[in-house]
Amino acid sequence: MRQILTVANKEFHDGLRNRWLISITLIFALLSIGLTYFGSAASGAVGVASLSTTVASLASLAVFIIPLIALLLSYDSFVGEQESGTLLLLLTYPLSKSQLLLGKFIGQGSIIALATLLGFGASAVLLYFQTGDIDIISSFSLFIFSAILLGLSFTAISYLISLSVSEKSKAAGFALITWFLFALAFDLALLALLVGVEDGISQQGLTQLMMLNPADIFRLVNLAGLDSSDVNGALSVAINASLPQEQLIAALLAWVVLPLTLAIFIFKRKKL
Amino acid sequence: MNTPLVSLVEAGKSYGSLDALQSMTMSLNEGEVLGLFGHNGAGKTTMMKLILGVISPSRGKVEVMGMAPDSKEAWHCRSKVGYLPENVSFYEQLTGLEVLTYFAKLKGFTRNGAKKQVTDLLEQVGITHAMKRQVKTYSKGMRQRLGLAQAFIGQPKLLLLDEPTVGLDPMATRDFYKTVDQLKSNGSSIILCSHVLPGVEQHIDRAMIMSTGQLLAMGTLKELRQQAALPVAIKPSGLNGSVANDSKLNGFLTGNCPHTLMVPEQEKLTVLRQLLSHDGLDDLHVETANLEQVYQHFLTLHETTRQEQGVQG
Repeated sequence: MRQILTVANKEFHDGLRNRWLISITLIFALLSIGLTYFGSAASGAVGVASLSTTVASLASLAVFIIPLIALLLSYDSFVGEQESGTLLLLLTYPLSKSQLLLGKFIGQGSIIALATLLGFGASAVLLYFQTGDIDIISSFSLFIFSAILLGLSFTAISYLISLSVSEKSKAAGFALITWFLFALAFDLALLALLVGVEDGISQQGLTQLMMLNPADIFRLVNLAGLDSSDVNGALSVAINASLPQEQLIAALLAWVVLPLTLAIFIFKRKKL
Repeated sequence: MNTPLVSLVEAGKSYGSLDALQSMTMSLNEGEVLGLFGHNGAGKTTMMKLILGVISPSRGKVEVMGMAPDSKEAWHCRSKVGYLPENVSFYEQLTGLEVLTYFAKLKGFTRNGAKKQVTDLLEQVGITHAMKRQVKTYSKGMRQRLGLAQAFIGQPKLLLLDEPTVGLDPMATRDFYKTVDQLKSNGSSIILCSHVLPGVEQHIDRAMIMSTGQLLAMGTLKELRQQAALPVAIKPSGLNGSVANDSKLNGFLTGNCPHTLMVPEQEKLTVLRQLLSHDGLDDLHVETANLEQVYQHFLTLHETTRQEQGVQG
């Protein structure tokens, strides 16, 4: 356990030193405060928008930006150390591969988690002071919690990439493709399936397919509370057949644990 | 009581169809310094990785401190092993102090223990003045010193150093060998892996010469010289050609350097006596074959055998 913490501590400090924590926090804070105040501008009014609309618009932005940040933060975690030779050196130390991986995960995960909490938390606090509505805290808690899980999930996914390739530049390419697939292409494909194929897919089937994408699970968690009239596309169909929140959170959690386990497995078999 | 610290019994490693290391049998005793010589791709690094337990042997047996280094039981032994990889570049954005502290902690030092250890090591390799600077500002020699300090963490019982003197200036090289001698007298065993370098000879107990994954020769320098049967070069001066007229001596003269006698080891003394009996002799220079020549000899021998085998096959 001490070994894990030593690695985690180093990774966390790297995140501080490289200004990752501060920049992610700022991005999140600016986005959420901006959306909170001007989100309703489209409907003609500037001011604090309704709670559900705010969370919905935050979620639809976060679903693009959080995976991207997580992938950027961690894609070179292993392949970078492999290129500089420190990976081999670390493995001659009394440090197992799973300890190294978990240590990195805890360190970089903390950066993402802390930035999400501070960045989005800022607008929650702001909204609360403006309206005094206690509901804000509960809906933002769920939003922040699921956003953290989304970030952790993509951190684990980027470890998979980092461990499977042998060059940093390749890892960057794969990270970009991964982001594109999960954040954009997956939904388009679902929509195509829904519209293009007659009787191709049931509501139930669609929701199940969505479990294959952590970004979509995150969307479902945060949009489930909304009227389906506010939401377009494949999502509105899925929301009608929505699963209970607990199940969605469990699925998101599985998207953290499974890639992480797989990453450990790949690491153990990796040729050095 | 004389169990070797490291022993390899017919150990080998293959990657697919490529034999990175063929059947290798060797042992290293406590307090012994072994020089491991060979060209790139000779299997030196593979052998080190096997001893470190980073990879498992494809065949044969590897034991370090009585255990297989890739097994779970050997886990606690790892803090007693130091390794300097070839071409390692440490975390550029950290300072030298931070890098060493990180590694010391991973070797099991507590915060305070690590601090003490790290300060001493930085002092020992002579980069105390730069310890608060980021590694990216370090010169090649300073990086190498940092790597060495890293390998010395925790007074290791076994040290594996891959090209330890690359990038070091003569002063630092001297300091490095001093540390090696000191560690050796404390009972540490050391494997120095290198291209053949002048100056390494006096610090190693035994040498091992490798090529294409095979062991070509192993032994003390004296044994290797005998095996190689390389002649001793004797350069007399002041004789003005009387050597060429001496029937006992002129047989040893070679065409390309007319004033040097190439004499087989066992006839060295006879020839020297003969030379001393010449009146004109005012100086005498005797040079036994150095490590580099021995190395070249075994390598050429190996090449020739391989070519012959190739022709027959």
